[in-house]
Amino acid sequence: MDTSYYKVSEKKLDGKCPTGPIENRWKQHKASIRLVSPANKRRLDVIVVGTGLAGSSAAASLAELGYNVKAFCYQDSPRRAHSIAAQGGINAAKNYMNDGDSVYRLFYDTVKGGDYRARESNVYRLAEVSANIIDQCVAQGVPFAREYGGYLDNRSFGGVQVSRTFYAKGQTGQQLLLGAYQALQRQVARGQVKMYASHEMLDLVVVDGKARGIIARNLITGEIERHGAHAVVLCTGGYGNVFFLSTNAKNCNVTAAWRAHRRGAFFGNPCFTQIHPTCIPVSGDHQSKLTLMSESLRNDGRIWVPKKKDDPRKPTDIPEDERDYYLERRYPAFGNLVPRDVASRAAKERCDAGYGVGPSKMAVYLDFADAIKRMGRQAVEAKYGNLFEIYQLITDENPYETPMRIYPAVHYTMGGLWVDYNLMSTIPGLYVCGEANFSDHGANRLGASALMQGLADGYFVLPYTIGDYLADDIRTPKIDVRHEAFDEAEKSVQERIERLLSVRGKTPVDVLHRKLGLTMWDFCGMSRNEKGLQKALGIIDELEAEFWKDVAVPGTSKEWNKELEKAGRVADFFELARLMCIDALHREESCGGHFREEYQTEDGEALRRDDVYSYVAAWEYTGQGKPPVLHKEELQFEYCKPTMRSYK
Amino acid sequence: MKVFLKVWRQKNSEDSGRFVDYTVEDISPDMSFLEMLDVLNNRLIREGQEPIAFDHDCREGICGTCGLVINGRPHGPVHRATTCQVHMRHFRDGETIVVEPWRANAFPVIKDLVVDRSAFDRIIQAGGYVSVNTGQAPDGNAIPIQKEEASKAFDAATCIGCGACVAACKNASAMLFVSAKVAHLAHLPQGRIEAKERVINMLSQMEEEGFGGCTNTGACEAECPKGISLENIALLNREFLKACLTS
Amino acid sequence: MEKRAHYGLIRSLVGKKIFMALTGLFLCLFLVAHLSGNLQLLIPGYKGRLQFNNYAVFMTTFPLVKMVSYVLYVSIVIHVLDALVLTWRNRKARKVDYAVKSGYGSSLASRNMGVLGTLILVFLVVHLANFWYVYKFGQTPYMTTPEGHYITAKGEVLPDAELRDGHLFAGGLDKGPAMKDLYEVVRQAFSEFWIVALYVLSMVPLGFHLVHGFQSGFQTLGLRSGRWAGLLQKTSLAFGIIIPALFAVIPLLLFFLPEKFN
Repeated sequence: MDTSYYKVSEKKLDGKCPTGPIENRWKQHKASIRLVSPANKRRLDVIVVGTGLAGSSAAASLAELGYNVKAFCYQDSPRRAHSIAAQGGINAAKNYMNDGDSVYRLFYDTVKGGDYRARESNVYRLAEVSANIIDQCVAQGVPFAREYGGYLDNRSFGGVQVSRTFYAKGQTGQQLLLGAYQALQRQVARGQVKMYASHEMLDLVVVDGKARGIIARNLITGEIERHGAHAVVLCTGGYGNVFFLSTNAKNCNVTAAWRAHRRGAFFGNPCFTQIHPTCIPVSGDHQSKLTLMSESLRNDGRIWVPKKKDDPRKPTDIPEDERDYYLERRYPAFGNLVPRDVASRAAKERCDAGYGVGPSKMAVYLDFADAIKRMGRQAVEAKYGNLFEIYQLITDENPYETPMRIYPAVHYTMGGLWVDYNLMSTIPGLYVCGEANFSDHGANRLGASALMQGLADGYFVLPYTIGDYLADDIRTPKIDVRHEAFDEAEKSVQERIERLLSVRGKTPVDVLHRKLGLTMWDFCGMSRNEKGLQKALGIIDELEAEFWKDVAVPGTSKEWNKELEKAGRVADFFELARLMCIDALHREESCGGHFREEYQTEDGEALRRDDVYSYVAAWEYTGQGKPPVLHKEELQFEYCKPTMRSYK
Repeated sequence: MKVFLKVWRQKNSEDSGRFVDYTVEDISPDMSFLEMLDVLNNRLIREGQEPIAFDHDCREGICGTCGLVINGRPHGPVHRATTCQVHMRHFRDGETIVVEPWRANAFPVIKDLVVDRSAFDRIIQAGGYVSVNTGQAPDGNAIPIQKEEASKAFDAATCIGCGACVAACKNASAMLFVSAKVAHLAHLPQGRIEAKERVINMLSQMEEEGFGGCTNTGACEAECPKGISLENIALLNREFLKACLTS
Repeated sequence: MEKRAHYGLIRSLVGKKIFMALTGLFLCLFLVAHLSGNLQLLIPGYKGRLQFNNYAVFMTTFPLVKMVSYVLYVSIVIHVLDALVLTWRNRKARKVDYAVKSGYGSSLASRNMGVLGTLILVFLVVHLANFWYVYKFGQTPYMTTPEGHYITAKGEVLPDAELRDGHLFAGGLDKGPAMKDLYEVVRQAFSEFWIVALYVLSMVPLGFHLVHGFQSGFQTLGLRSGRWAGLLQKTSLAFGIIIPALFAVIPLLLFFLPEKFN
């Protein structure tokens, strides 16, 4: 079923998952994979790119084990990675609340929440190590919220019926990242990690089929550097910024992952994008980014729109019986706490039908009046105070007095580089952790699970699995960066930079990026259809051509040059955008974050097609302008039998 | 609205730098200050000029990357906000706005408004951590921690490492930054084990980096976007005295 | 983690600041003692004059007070030297200064402790020259009763004593040093407008120095947290206003209402 857009490989892709009873798989796997002795670890170098939750925890843990680690981040300090912005919390199957939680239930919720598009073995392992993460973080001094008795507090999050989310006010990501960052800094002080901040990875170096290093640009001096290692770990986050407007930090990008993809790493499920339902709406054309309001707000806030179209009244003047609490109406069992994909689509449905509120009419209300009545303003303030402050800073409205206006925005990308059970990509020696891999979340990630996965990968999975690969490398000397593969990679990086600088056009990078983002949002966003995606592919081609003809990149390559950085990233976003649209086009079903309008039930719910699409789509790069090749990894569901996902 | 900018321009760390005037028109009051600079930069790029270099990333006040001194105030005129959270509605139409980088010897200017804050990382490396390896931890509920102590630890731990305290301090002191980390860990039993070593090592590193000392003016607390309290500095002093007198 | 050696109270900036705090708070305590002594100047008539001169004898002869006075001198020296070192170090931390300085969030006093301290030091020198030097080494009149009898430093009234080289002799016997009339020195000084003006004006920098310095000392010693933090701020403000104001009241009263106090 090859099309003009892509080709299909006949070979099945193997995730190398262990077999046997699911609760024993990780234990047995750990017991059977090879180890590297302490003396040999000292001789092995590992490069970790990215210092978010996955990268910092991986770099610190590998260094503790005795590997020589080189860590890279584009930020001026590893502490600034965008994990810092995660607000709500981190899930763990501790059952501290005695509400019937268990590893199995977390596993089940995650597979179901992911709309049956994740690997059971991976997800079970994730649930299994989740409890260790909390222990580790507490020991590092992460100040989780506590109850009066001094024990850890939990709250509930979307898509589940237990309270298993550990949190530190609305700054959980910050606190977890600082814990990992501090662990990393400890290893820097010991000399076990060499830290390269303000460095951006621009290419992967593959020697004899194995990942052996990277080419990085020093963002302060502009110098192009070669770094060799026995293995390379990418923890470079997601690619939500392909939409220009997203909750990602401005500099988040796909370049490291995309360059690895071009070198042979398959890209898994690129079209699976998470649109977060509760973000502050766009206020104008100047908007440079969107700000998330934590999902935890849906614990106590109620979402509604007026029952009348274009109701001109102030929200506080609209009486109770003229309000449509549409989530509570449509999904009585989960109410305001339905998973993100469901909540986002429901908001879009109401706004498209003309019930939207605010100046743009592209927003719904998130109302705390009831919560304030029930718990008192002080209790609401203690729980959500900092989020309310952020809201007020941006909108100049007081959410204690008038409901918040929210609208969905791009937040997280479930897709990413394809990895096997060991977190190794299709390039031997190239590992991918955290949001950068195609991950354990299937087609939709549950709230508070990203932090869990990033730290699980970095603290408790990669440090074991990487040894299995490196055990073969104990006789390999230090990687020689004078190898011709490094020559070739460096040359291609240099040429690309020169090409970007030589266009000397008239259009700033941001302008073209914004156009690309709008195209993706319109045609490959919350809902997609065949015609739209085909149209998008055409527009992307045009925009990319315009980019290479008319982009304006001032300055030189030998200095701090933000526009040059941005231009390189946007150039990669064009290529990624194309693959996302092709992936969305090929997956003729609706699941999780991927909603194809052609495939929905009568009442507008997503219609999955398990008989045809129960697989991971892993895309192989075949060259510039050539159709990518689709490799399928069939998914087996032995424990969580796929059913129509219902939150009614 | 329309504003007049006086922006510090400095080609690189060797350049001596100067103020350059710009006029920015057609600004919406709902724009953030950085979005206003985006508009100006895109205009400069179109005109074939070098855009103004400034650092930023999350644009939601948590990563600590952005930091401009606006009319003499680190992070500008809004209380408890980072530069990226300052909106143009806080300025008057026709106002002249002076924009400078963080000024401290320990934060050398890289370009225009971008400074090198790696000194902060080295201070954390000196002792801003708990020495625990992955896998060593006991159960998370093994040691109960008083809610009040945990919340004090949290309040101190919300420091984003932006450097506004240094920028605001007349002595370019990093005491508020150091004290936030010392206090965060001093309030927790996990951090008590190495409390003495931590406070001595971090303070010693702070001096080595060339930051000044604290003269308790309180400017740091007033300008801190996260409201880190001066009480943390008092606690730091207490911890330091204790460490000196008992070891 | 391993602790860094050679870094402690003596070498560190915080250590120096701790010495500033200890000496500063000790000087605050001294001010209270000094003020309570000075207030005796306001006791009218002979009774007040005698009490004040007796007090002056006590302060210059009692061994414990003498010891404390050496601590005081050392404190002043440490306070000044540490201030010089800290100011120099702190200035060095920002070579390129801002074009616009807002001073937001900090008081004028807190930003100018060095200038205030220097003014106080200048005043201190003048003050010591005016009284301490005169009392110890200068031409001080001697105390007499209303009847014109001399009094020994120990308080014995000697109706027929003869004064020779500061000692009183009665019947050829040395009865010990005579009581000096410091009160008279003060009265004369504070009858001159420029001295009164200098003393009153000098209390202004002292006040500002204290308003910041008092609470700053506690902060530096780590004695500031919770509810006490707010109270400390108010206490410091009160201390910095009341102490200098009372000091200033004395020369003013003596200048404007001399008849009430003599």
